[in-house]
Amino acid sequence: MSLIVSRRWKRVFYLYIPLGTILTGTLFPFYWMGVTAFRPDQELYIPWNKPKFNPFLTLRPTLEHLAFLFQETLFKRWLFNTLMIALLSTAISLFCGLLAGYAIARVRFPLAGPLGTWIFITYLVPPTLLFIPLGEVVRGFRLGDTPWALILTYPTFLIPFCTWLLMGYFRTIPKELEECAQIDGASRLQAMVRIVFPLAIPGILSAGIFAFTLSWNEFLYALIFISSAQQKTVPVGVVSELVRGDTFFWGALMAGALMGSVPVAFIYSFFVEHYVSALTGAVKG
Amino acid sequence: MFRYREVTKRERQEWFFAFCLLSPALLMLLIFVLYPFLDGLWLSVLDKEVGHPGKFIGLKNFFKLWNDQIFRRTAQNTVLYTAAATILKLGLGMIVALLLNQLIKFKRIVRASMLLPWIVPTVLSALAWKWMFDPTFSVVNFFLYNLGITTKQISWLGGPVLSLTSVIIVNAWRGMPFFAITLLAGLQTINPTLYEAADIDGASGWQRFWYVTWPLLMPVTMVVVLFSVIMTFADFQLVYILTGGGPANSTHLFATYAYQIGIATGKISEGAAVSLAMFPFLFLIVVFQLWYIRREEEVKEEVKKKKR
Repeated sequence: MSLIVSRRWKRVFYLYIPLGTILTGTLFPFYWMGVTAFRPDQELYIPWNKPKFNPFLTLRPTLEHLAFLFQETLFKRWLFNTLMIALLSTAISLFCGLLAGYAIARVRFPLAGPLGTWIFITYLVPPTLLFIPLGEVVRGFRLGDTPWALILTYPTFLIPFCTWLLMGYFRTIPKELEECAQIDGASRLQAMVRIVFPLAIPGILSAGIFAFTLSWNEFLYALIFISSAQQKTVPVGVVSELVRGDTFFWGALMAGALMGSVPVAFIYSFFVEHYVSALTGAVKG
Repeated sequence: MFRYREVTKRERQEWFFAFCLLSPALLMLLIFVLYPFLDGLWLSVLDKEVGHPGKFIGLKNFFKLWNDQIFRRTAQNTVLYTAAATILKLGLGMIVALLLNQLIKFKRIVRASMLLPWIVPTVLSALAWKWMFDPTFSVVNFFLYNLGITTKQISWLGGPVLSLTSVIIVNAWRGMPFFAITLLAGLQTINPTLYEAADIDGASGWQRFWYVTWPLLMPVTMVVVLFSVIMTFADFQLVYILTGGGPANSTHLFATYAYQIGIATGKISEGAAVSLAMFPFLFLIVVFQLWYIRREEEVKEEVKKKKR
């Protein structure tokens, strides 16, 4: 009896308390984001060392910040832009990644090995290495300040990732399946589209979810290639349009941060397993 | 010795098929990765500015950077930032992975919420941190004050040392889940009989970790660390939001300094040179990573051969 009790306490001390503490630390900024977004201004700006002050709750929650966000700013427009750009760049990247991944994993041609390595290297190129010349290229194509500047440049980091992930996925699908289909009279292309791609749907979904969140969250390219408020994405819009000069309207800023985070968090919550397998697969390949 | 043999019609068909499949991806990467990279190299030896086409000036931009105090500070910051944040993330991530691995109830929901900092747009969560670090309304100071740790106002983003520390903390907060989840996936592949064997041999908890878990996790750890080093070294968003490189240009990273010179000031060529200064280090990391992966594969092959 006492052994069981002490075991339970051991579990509380060595597992639940540390994990609980870390989880609280991980989630606190989001809680703070939420509290701030619904707190009236006169309650928001109270110095931290004022006695008998509890900042963790608000007695009179308000929707004024959200109303401001959706009525006075272009936030709705930014949400729409971000969604369209994320969807289109994900679609382009999945299309390119599917074909290229299949070619490297399955088709026999002399350069398959080195090409796989090169895709991996491209995957490791951080956007910050190329953003200045890429800006010049975008301007050269006269794409500056249009959504196409982002739809076409996000695939630079999404295609290598999708290709890499799907390449690994195709290798887990038995070759015999396609060979059987070809014996039954299907062409190479038909075997690929009708047999292999449907089997790769879990992999495609993983790559798609991951690519979508990456492009939703992208900041640097959106900051540089887009200049007019109408064309901005959520991360850039919130950061640049809600800060006037040196004044931070924290209520509105946190409302914007919350509303910009909820869609990705929502989508993610439905596909956690796919997301995690993309995350771990992206590293191991 | 090469011996040319006749390429069969079937092989040629296969090559053509591969070429067709690869062309969309390669076309995109050639236009938007390779070409900008070469263009960046070319820009860095010009003196191009906004409204000034630029002419060839050789390596002058790089010499100028070498003598630039802010640039030197930036290089130091980037190395410090990368090292400190990576160690923090690895340590915390390992602890969280080990804890999560023991969890039985609520496993999925805890793991899913652990990953939130990694999912949410970084600039937006960084804004929340900036608000938490606000000099007059800081909730962090409220905590510390009410726990009796401090009575003074701590200006988290004020001084050069403290603000870099704050940015490192936020980076660790954001990147830790990535380590935790990937290491957890690695932990789950470890054969439990190894722990049973260690128990029979009378190993303590620490010994089990040091002699079983750590060496077996090494391949995963290496890959995650290298990935994270690249991302952290080239980080932009956190510094841009939290400090903007200030106070007095003391917390710049390569990426934010490149942005300030190349975009905000409009000295395109100098900015491109700052960006390219990251290249040697990134190149070394990538070469090391490729070497390590290849070596791992060779080891695996050998193990397979021995088993046969």
